Amino acid sequence: MGIEILGLPMMYYIAMVAKVLIAFVFVLLTVAYATYAERKIIGHMQVRLGPMRTGWHGLLQPIADGVKLFFKEEIIPSQASTFAFLVAPLIALIPAFITFAVIPFGGVIEIAGYKIPLQIAAYYDTTAGQIYDVNVGVLYILAMSSLGVYGIVLAGWASNSKYSLMGGLRASAQMISYELAAGLAIVSVFMLSGTLSLSKVVELQSGWGGLEWYIFKQPLAAFIFFICSLAEINRTPFDLPEAETELVSGFCTEYSSMKYAMFFMAEYANMVTVCALTVTIFLGGWNGPLTASLPLLGPVYFVAKVYFLMFVCMWIRATLPRYRYDQLMHLGWKVFIPITLINIVVTGIIGYLV
Amino acid sequence: MNPIAPIINGLSITLKHMFMKPVTLQYPSERPKVATRYRGLHGLKVSHSRAKCVACYLCPTVCPAKCITVEAGEDSSHNKIATRYEIDMLRCIFCGYCVEACPVDALKMTGEFELANYSREDFIYSKERLLEK
Repeated sequence: MGIEILGLPMMYYIAMVAKVLIAFVFVLLTVAYATYAERKIIGHMQVRLGPMRTGWHGLLQPIADGVKLFFKEEIIPSQASTFAFLVAPLIALIPAFITFAVIPFGGVIEIAGYKIPLQIAAYYDTTAGQIYDVNVGVLYILAMSSLGVYGIVLAGWASNSKYSLMGGLRASAQMISYELAAGLAIVSVFMLSGTLSLSKVVELQSGWGGLEWYIFKQPLAAFIFFICSLAEINRTPFDLPEAETELVSGFCTEYSSMKYAMFFMAEYANMVTVCALTVTIFLGGWNGPLTASLPLLGPVYFVAKVYFLMFVCMWIRATLPRYRYDQLMHLGWKVFIPITLINIVVTGIIGYLV
Repeated sequence: MNPIAPIINGLSITLKHMFMKPVTLQYPSERPKVATRYRGLHGLKVSHSRAKCVACYLCPTVCPAKCITVEAGEDSSHNKIATRYEIDMLRCIFCGYCVEACPVDALKMTGEFELANYSREDFIYSKERLLEK
């Protein structure tokens, strides 16, 4: 490892590119097959079969959908504000993907004598012997997930259609209401951990044979955070921005072809990210039995936990009808925020006494 | 009222349903079981290698949709037969009155239910197409 660029060994750059590619491809494939899994799971929960025709048990369905959307006609409404209309799907999609950068998906692995932490925005300092990552990782994620709503609001406004505008407005109102409760829910976790760095948070959950998860210490916060995350990514039962029954298709009413597919991808990528974040903060990240001796088991546990939470998202979608708008606001402001505030106070009192 | 319990209840129901056998019928590859008394396409019964129909005109008389056209004639041994027997499947309401009315039990309803065609003329089923195979 003789060659150095900007004071960092060549291996650092190779590892970085490899990590970015692996994580990106993983998220993309998960997004593609999450649509398939969702249709299958909801189908079976409704005692149907779901897609069965394209490929064995419909396994090629996401590819068929992608090809279909790719070749559909691109329609830009004549009254739409063209630039904003075109750029909105990108603004929705990019934050959904770049959020994954700070999520640790495994421990430190060693390749050719070089230690690589399995987290994109992180590197292992051999002289200090520790991982350096974004020390405000959680703030970064909260910031990015708030940016995602700009794409939706912009799409709603630029479409110049009543339905789209209503969808966009609802999305922003919903995002603001639930971001608060979600933020307050994880504050109680950071009162325990004392750090905002996600790799440290995961490290702190490695006790008890890899089962010292924060969900056992903060079950209420975990529960509320997960529900608020569902609301933030506009999934059922909080999918009011695209409520078919009243808003046709909400903010994406006027979108077609690949631009519509981008909103769809953003929605599912957000689901992956939010599930990964919940796993990282509350379900011990990549920790689990035997991860200390077998570091490659870490990513396996991580992926398994993320997929489990995604299954829960789909399960909830198959079960619950959509909330009414005033019920949504009531739940956010009058139920979750007081509960999380009380949770913080109680955590503080216990932390002071113990 | 406890707001959590109904949600848990609903989740358990959906989870239970996920492991049930799906009711979906993979239609073109899987065929439905047609009931024995199903009223599908009509069939003209055959006995001694000729249609049993004697062209008595009871079926077009009883038909509420007026979709049956019969013309009587004679065959070589001077028996009364239907020279023309047509049912317009676009008008037929599949009530089965024609089968009930038939005095010589020459008509039946088969389990055949795939009656799609490409042109309107193809929906007028002639005697040859109605004769049971």
